[in-house]
Amino acid sequence: MDGAHDMGGAAGFGPVCPEANEPVFHAEWERRAFAVTLAMAKPGGWNIDMSRFAREDRPPADYLSRSYYQIWLVGLERLMLERDLLRPGEIEAGKMLQQPAPISGPLAAVDVDAMLRRGGPTEREATTPARFKIGDRVRTKDIHPTTHTRLPQYVRGHVGVIELLHGCHVFPDTNAMGQGEHPHWLYTVTFDGKNLWPDAADQRSRVSVDAWEPYLEPADAA
Amino acid sequence: MANHHDDHHHGHHHDHDHSELSETELRVRALETILTQKGYVDPAALDVLIETYETKVGPRNGAQVVAKAWTDPAYRERLLADGSAAIAELDYVGRQGEHIVVVENTPSRHNMVVCTLCSCYPWPVLGLPPVWYKSAPYRSRAVKDPRGVLHDFGFELSPDIEIRVWDSTAEIRYLVLPMRPPGTDGWSAERLADLVTRDSMIGTGFPKQPHEVA
Repeated sequence: MDGAHDMGGAAGFGPVCPEANEPVFHAEWERRAFAVTLAMAKPGGWNIDMSRFAREDRPPADYLSRSYYQIWLVGLERLMLERDLLRPGEIEAGKMLQQPAPISGPLAAVDVDAMLRRGGPTEREATTPARFKIGDRVRTKDIHPTTHTRLPQYVRGHVGVIELLHGCHVFPDTNAMGQGEHPHWLYTVTFDGKNLWPDAADQRSRVSVDAWEPYLEPADAA
Repeated sequence: MANHHDDHHHGHHHDHDHSELSETELRVRALETILTQKGYVDPAALDVLIETYETKVGPRNGAQVVAKAWTDPAYRERLLADGSAAIAELDYVGRQGEHIVVVENTPSRHNMVVCTLCSCYPWPVLGLPPVWYKSAPYRSRAVKDPRGVLHDFGFELSPDIEIRVWDSTAEIRYLVLPMRPPGTDGWSAERLADLVTRDSMIGTGFPKQPHEVA
């Protein structure tokens, strides 16, 4: 979706402000929000693309006014409400109002390390040959889905070159919607900065995105 | 995205929160209570998750990888050919590091990593991302004005050097292999690791110079 989360190239946000000796978390609630989010993914049954969509699918003013872990929190609440794991009003009441839904069981402390080490690899076995090869010129499609996508607006409709080929990976556009993994070939596509931003001060930069095959078409007529 | 930390948290963390954050605190507390009552989460597991990323996984891991690459040419080759596999040799594996690609700085090319769409970051080697990495200023400007971003960090890069920006839009995670500082001939990997900063592995900074750690 063309949401406030898709920030590449947007103006007006001011300078980057690094914080010296920044702590990992800035408040106890951030620690707990982070950990609850990680711990709920498996019992909740959602995937990372569903999580991302739950965070970004909100009015721009809402997205921009929340801090990072506040967005995680509203995303988590939404995922649980959608699955009836949480009932409207329960958080306000501060206690359980509805009996728990059957789930696979909570993440146990002794299983945390193994869960983190396992991670969530997204590469899948290829069933079709790759359409593009390294060095090919491709154009990104000018798509504007109202659902989840990982093709940022600032590269849409632009010509780039295939720089890396990463194998077949879970396709977020369908995975986020519960429509299956539908793995596709994934490429690093590199663009000249001066093509993306003809009026920008820096004419020597190059910028890449990682793009799945359905985002791309050949740049040159066959 | 709002930078609440910069607004409210400099030097006085927990005790000075805005009412908005107090509301957030109450919400998080209520949420954890409810999820625990329902048997969805075990608070002991939450403690382990927090402890892992506060004390065990962080940029010190990435610094070991970089220092090894600086001192072991065969390792550097393996690292650039298959980042995840070479990094796994040091037992840094797992969540948000399943598919790592290492990109090398050279005298003519400087790499910078961003996630314009959210906050993708190579956790096993760098830990959790800092606030600025997740913030709107960095996510919006890194792809359009990377030299200006470096300026915000206090660095000026020669106009002859190309900046190569990697936007992490998929599950590939990028780690920058910075250039080894001059004046470090004969240094051990252990000593070199002290020169490797987090920002130098994101591309918003450079390794320390030898005199800075003397």
